[in-house]
Amino acid sequence: MGIDLPLIWFLIIGFGIMMYVIMDGFDLGIGILFPFIRDRDERDTMVNTVAPVWDGNETWLVLGGAGLMAAFPKVYSILLSALYVPAMCFLVGLIWRGVSFEFRFKADAAHKPFWDRAFMVGSYVAAFFQGAMLGAFIHGHHVVNGAATSGVMDWLSPFSVMTGIGVVVAYALLGTTWLILKTEGALQQRVIRATRPLLLATVAVITAVSIWTPLSHPAIAQRWFSLPNLLFFAPVPFLVGLSTFAILRSLRQAPYAGPFVWSLVLVFLGFSGLVISIWPNILPPTMSIWDAAAPPQSQGFALVGALFIIPIILAYTAWSYYVFRGKVKVGEGYH
Amino acid sequence: MFDFSALDLARIQFGFTISFHIIFPAITIGLAAYLAVLEGLWLWKKDDTYLDLYHFWSKIFAVNFAMGVVSGLVMAYQFGTNWSFYSQFAGSITGPLLAYEVLTAFFLEAGFLGVMLFGWNKVGRGLHFFATVMVALGTMVSATWILASNSWMQTPQGHEVVNGVVVPADWIAIIFNPSFPYRLAHMVTAAMLSTALFVAASGAWHLLRAKRTPAVKRMFSMALWMVLFTAPLQMVIGDAHGINTLKHQPAKIAAVEGHWHNEPGAGVPLILFGIPDMQAETTRYKVEIPRLGSLILTHSWDGQIPGLKEFAPDDRPNSTIVFWCFRIMVGLGSLMALLGLFSTWKRWRGGLYDSPILARFALWMGPSGLIAILAGWYVTEIGRQPWVVYGLMRTKDAVSNHSAMTLSIGLVVLVGMYIVIFGMGIAYMLRLVAQGPQAHAEGALEHTPALNQRPARPLSAVDATLPNLSNDT
Repeated sequence: MGIDLPLIWFLIIGFGIMMYVIMDGFDLGIGILFPFIRDRDERDTMVNTVAPVWDGNETWLVLGGAGLMAAFPKVYSILLSALYVPAMCFLVGLIWRGVSFEFRFKADAAHKPFWDRAFMVGSYVAAFFQGAMLGAFIHGHHVVNGAATSGVMDWLSPFSVMTGIGVVVAYALLGTTWLILKTEGALQQRVIRATRPLLLATVAVITAVSIWTPLSHPAIAQRWFSLPNLLFFAPVPFLVGLSTFAILRSLRQAPYAGPFVWSLVLVFLGFSGLVISIWPNILPPTMSIWDAAAPPQSQGFALVGALFIIPIILAYTAWSYYVFRGKVKVGEGYH
Repeated sequence: MFDFSALDLARIQFGFTISFHIIFPAITIGLAAYLAVLEGLWLWKKDDTYLDLYHFWSKIFAVNFAMGVVSGLVMAYQFGTNWSFYSQFAGSITGPLLAYEVLTAFFLEAGFLGVMLFGWNKVGRGLHFFATVMVALGTMVSATWILASNSWMQTPQGHEVVNGVVVPADWIAIIFNPSFPYRLAHMVTAAMLSTALFVAASGAWHLLRAKRTPAVKRMFSMALWMVLFTAPLQMVIGDAHGINTLKHQPAKIAAVEGHWHNEPGAGVPLILFGIPDMQAETTRYKVEIPRLGSLILTHSWDGQIPGLKEFAPDDRPNSTIVFWCFRIMVGLGSLMALLGLFSTWKRWRGGLYDSPILARFALWMGPSGLIAILAGWYVTEIGRQPWVVYGLMRTKDAVSNHSAMTLSIGLVVLVGMYIVIFGMGIAYMLRLVAQGPQAHAEGALEHTPALNQRPARPLSAVDATLPNLSNDT
């Protein structure tokens, strides 16, 4: 067969993770912004902007997990086992957030603050541990006899703490720019003011990761700074600068969709930068997508279903965003 | 302190999370089918009582579905976090089957669940009924993938082992492995039966509070008809499943029966009660009926089944647990059949809704289906031990290299969270049940939020408030 199944699956899973990061990113961002917005009606409005779509956003995560197990069982097993602690914390945070999201609508006034806090803490925990897992993933795992050699807390390093905070900040940025798009009045003014410092913090983390990884991983430095790669990849940092500038500019006059779209571009660029750094490995520093692939019988069998269903999920997702387009006013909600 | 090894803790953690999870899909499968029947009957007989019941149960269905999705999220990752070596060994088979389950579930949610929950005034009646039927079918397709995956672990076939890793050779053989049809039939019937018992208990609760509306009576009656037919059917399927297990996993049956060795030429007795002792290799304090074991398992007077002593001590499942879980399942199943017969007698005498004894009996049997499902799964899963994939990989070789300390902390966190979250969710469902079906709910539908703007999340179909948390502040 001339079809490179591992490559197709790498693209599918990469696409799934990317969709997850973008889409769950802004709704996790809503929870991350909760400490800074205390007004009850404003909080309700914020949550209502994501209410119709948030659980659809998380479907990509489950799909990513199942797809990874089907297509790259080695990575699924070695990575999740090595990242047991942050993975569990991430799932616990995500479940807390999901359930409190629903329960805060149903709770009576006396218990709403409890579920608000649960929603907020869950969002922070889920975002931070996603970032920490990302950091530990880039840092790499050495595999001996089918298991990573790292200890149970080796995922925790200054680098993974930084990527953890970086993801929290980036999701907050997606959250504010999403709210600029979806809200109006005093709430919109407040999130516009919050966007600039969050943007600068996000760019600072992207810059720090871009300097830190080549310095500590010669292979990554080689990937980026050798010719002709340097020329091919030069647009990435250039576009990061461009989108930063575009967001800053659009914030000045009555912003609408601009900041959100450019923030998505920014996150997408960060994501592509990471793929460039690790390619063709799916478990850095040495296990490539071909080493880790399930037998073609497995990848091919699962691919049939994925190619059939994913377009349907995409169409449905696009349609739900279309149905719920437009501003959400304070005091109006779907829940 | 308890003296658990890391392997024990990994198994307890997985067992705990999956035990919590299975409750929700079981009710989802049963309620989806019940809703399809209700809507079909409403369209056919034009009786609005069926529609009132549909609206009532679809809210409980929505909460239950959401709980199933949340509790399933952890399951999707635990194969990697806790059973790393299993996933490497057999991920090539389990992975695609689970991926198909996930894809089926999403397809369902994207395509039909929204129409079913929020589409009443949006689509025609025929199309709405079609959506409900598709959701009911979809839940069963989901169950099919999961049970194919589990059954392959019980009776693996259609694969080769290459370089210490399973490679699928024939997907049809893998999916339709020997124990799959029996396990699928047994589980789907169990889901129907558990749901019928849950619905009957809900009706009984209202009858006991003198809330004798037509809808309450109708659901009580329908549920008890269902119990009458499915409880004996389940026994027949269970018997066939047991004989299939004897053929493919004889050690499991020996453990179920607490049967240690055969006397030459003698039939196998059926041990009703006793305490299997793994150390002493005997079953203590046993109360037995001669030859009944032979009769049930071999359908002959002096047929023999392998005893546990014929298996090396390392290859024996824990008979003490399996023996008792099996008896809990069968005991509850017998009570279910009794409930069905008793209700029919009362029905025949014209007093179905007037018997406090029947109502109390039905009320107490409410959770029995779910308890029997858990007990049954413990029989089949603990009875498969010491293997994770029967005859191919031992559970001790499947577990990730975590310390007992790591797993203990993880377990404590999960248990705490599950009790709060799912305790709350179950309390919420019971509160909805307590509200009872409302007459002429089509008018009430106008107030349903998100009606004019779908899609929306399952839980947003419900607008009741949560029960109070007792100690949350």
